[in-house]
Amino acid sequence: MTTAAIVGSGNIGTDLMYKLLRSTHLEPRWMIGVDPNSEGLRRAADEGLETSAEGVDWLLQQSNLPDIVFEATSAYVHVRNAPRYQEAGIRAVDLTPAARGPFVVPPANLLEHIDRPNLNMVTCGGQATIPMVHAVSRIVDVDYAEIVATVASASAGPGTRQNIDEFTSTTAEAIEVVGGATKGKAIIILNPAEPPLVMRDTIYCSLPADAELDKIDRSIREIAAEVQTYVPGYRLISDPQFDEGFHADGRGRVAIFVEVEGAGDFLPPYSGNLDIMTAAATKVGEEIAKVLVAKADLALEGGS
Amino acid sequence: MPFSPNLDVRVTDTSLRDGSHAKQHQFTEADVRSIVGALDAAGMPVIEVTHGDGLGGSSYNYGESLVDERVLMKAAVDEARNAKIAALMLPGLGTKDDIRACRDLGVSIIRVATHCTEADISTQHFGLAREIDLETVGFLMMAHSVGPDVLADQARIMADAGCQCVYVVDSAGAMILEDASERVGAVAAELGNDAQVGFHGHENLSLSLANTILAIRAGAVQVDGSTRRFGAGSGNTSCEALAAVAERLGISTGLDVMKMIDVAEDVVRPIMDGECVLDRLALTMGYAGVYSSFLKHAYRAAERYGVSGAEILLECGERKLVGGQEDQIIQIAAELAAATVGVE
Repeated sequence: MTTAAIVGSGNIGTDLMYKLLRSTHLEPRWMIGVDPNSEGLRRAADEGLETSAEGVDWLLQQSNLPDIVFEATSAYVHVRNAPRYQEAGIRAVDLTPAARGPFVVPPANLLEHIDRPNLNMVTCGGQATIPMVHAVSRIVDVDYAEIVATVASASAGPGTRQNIDEFTSTTAEAIEVVGGATKGKAIIILNPAEPPLVMRDTIYCSLPADAELDKIDRSIREIAAEVQTYVPGYRLISDPQFDEGFHADGRGRVAIFVEVEGAGDFLPPYSGNLDIMTAAATKVGEEIAKVLVAKADLALEGGS
Repeated sequence: MPFSPNLDVRVTDTSLRDGSHAKQHQFTEADVRSIVGALDAAGMPVIEVTHGDGLGGSSYNYGESLVDERVLMKAAVDEARNAKIAALMLPGLGTKDDIRACRDLGVSIIRVATHCTEADISTQHFGLAREIDLETVGFLMMAHSVGPDVLADQARIMADAGCQCVYVVDSAGAMILEDASERVGAVAAELGNDAQVGFHGHENLSLSLANTILAIRAGAVQVDGSTRRFGAGSGNTSCEALAAVAERLGISTGLDVMKMIDVAEDVVRPIMDGECVLDRLALTMGYAGVYSSFLKHAYRAAERYGVSGAEILLECGERKLVGGQEDQIIQIAAELAAATVGVE
């Protein structure tokens, strides 16, 4: 089976581990951190993974290297690690905002960049909303798409808080590049309500005056179902709301409301924003694994 | 300690920012020039000009601006002779690029607003603002929803990040007298000489001016108002009334009372779509603790879906929505409408 290492033993890395352990395509074999006392490393050891607190240096010294590494550290760290993985021939799935490789959002462009050495998972808000922008833009031209991601304060760590501008700019860029909107805008809101509220996202897209609304409605439901195959807690909380003639020039608007409840693997279910990142990364890793296995099979046939 | 040797309290007029909500973001350059020119002549020391939701607020979620806010800010800077021009920004919506653009336009004060428990999302913005020599103000919004101690801790985060004056912001107009003075007092005690304290009120429970005076007595040296109360919900503290009351109480603001009364009647009122009144929905907001700028959105959603605006707002309070969650108003209205159909 395709082997995987998780670099970064924090919340995201630990949650990701439980998802990879369930995968039938990936075998998580290593968990790398920098703090020997981290809960993530302890849990990884309990699950039978090899662990080290000596960072990527240790991983790259092993006689057996992973096929895929999942980076769950920080943008700063990944920028340094990315060339080293590539040199060692290890495929990287990047859950940080470093964006060394192209953005990947499963229902929109999962296979487009599957052979690239480094794939970036955008942001949590991007994973939750860009599938919906794609659902609309594959039917009609979307001049403008805007998303509002509301997450529980408790699920936003110090990294997100100190780099909140990077969330908005990266997500906006991916709405255009991956979502297919001509212009994108992203807004993030932290809500401290207790008990913490489940992640909610609103996706607005402009529509041409002559848009066939039933086709768009169907497309939205299809893509939502597709996301549900790898994020079971992803759901539309209302029917898509269409406003025909919203703009003075006759263009319309659709508003799509979704909720993302996490699987509760390691992180609490309200933090669907973190769950959708690890679930989407797992999905991407599995697709890479399928390609790698197919290539290996082909090489074997060629050799016989 | 007074604001400065000449001024006990410095007033910021927010009619061209908070009033943007009431005007549904349809200000023209001419509106801005006439209000800024008139307020400047009446002695208003600071005038805030931005989309109602801050820099970058023109959007589906908050309402599209008729005129680009940068054009409006430029016009304000151009028109003001003595007044400083301020801009508002909310991290998560506006970015550091917006702050740099403000500085380039000649804006001199940046006001960074977060929900009252989320001050740490503003640190990079205060850092940048100080680096490029902008005066800084921090806004702790929906401050009625937490106690004085929590607010004081959050104010400390902003001050340490470079904020020179932390405002206690009663976004919902839900504070009742001591609610304001206790919060301002706690923040002032925490900040000491490290930063000043300010207060921003709304009229939704008819207490904005009384709350503002109590805030000043508790240590606020900067306060907000809007001329003719031109703001979200039932509007803000009336600048002209504040000028009159402060003068009677011997609090110097630098405002010319009679000129302010004239500006309110002759310049600001004609630009408003209507008076900011304490009607059913505005009062419901104060009562339920709902962010004031939800008002026009609730009116529109109530009409579009044929449901009760008051019910929408009560549900907003129930769900503990914070500033910026205008999207949920549509969702709530759609849900209420679906429930009504279900009953029939």
